Amino acid sequence: MAEPASIRVVVTEADFDLGAETAHLEAGGDTGAVVTFTGRVRDTGGALRRMVIEHYPGMTERALTEIAEEACRRWQLTGATIHHRHGTLVPGDRIMMVATASRHREAAFAAASFLMDYLKSRAPFWKKEETEDGAEWVAAREADEAALDRWNA
Amino acid sequence: MKVQVLYFAWLRERIGRGREIVETEAATVAELVAELRAREERYDLAFSDMTAIRCAVDQALAPVETPLEGVREVAFFPPMTGG
Repeated sequence: MAEPASIRVVVTEADFDLGAETAHLEAGGDTGAVVTFTGRVRDTGGALRRMVIEHYPGMTERALTEIAEEACRRWQLTGATIHHRHGTLVPGDRIMMVATASRHREAAFAAASFLMDYLKSRAPFWKKEETEDGAEWVAAREADEAALDRWNA
Repeated sequence: MKVQVLYFAWLRERIGRGREIVETEAATVAELVAELRAREERYDLAFSDMTAIRCAVDQALAPVETPLEGVREVAFFPPMTGG
């Protein structure tokens, strides 16, 4: 029987250490593959001054943990990590990361993609973009909601 | 009964507060929304398009038909934009 996957969910204002997170997932002897994804604040033509990320403390950690647990049910993972920042960020800053570990690469790639798709539409985060013209809440994209369908075919 | 009600993102801005304790006899989340809308214009405007609003009951996503009995916390917010 395989060891249960180690799930790590962190929601902070602070940045994360991608190397340390990867090393944490590599610690298990059975891990043959680690996939990481990092999301960053894009500098949209120099117009964006700041991005403010709001979240729902309590529900956020719970929702992210449930999404990670679902990934562990669907794929044989040795570990899954989600770190999402909130607060005020500027272009170039890292927003979030997911990392998945498994014996072979297929499960790690698929699970990382699954985590991203669910996190975008099911975890309670909201982004507000501030430009010199004012501030605006980022609208949810229909494509993000539609992306969930491929996991429920 | 008393329910803690939370608002996020533009809903919080339009209502002018992030949380409040609401004394209500509403049987469902939808009835709670109707009560809030009847209260003041800013609530009425904020909740005017429910297709643009999502809801969580005790920190789990839930439809507006969800019964309120035994519920401690209800949150309203726009579709999420994490990642």
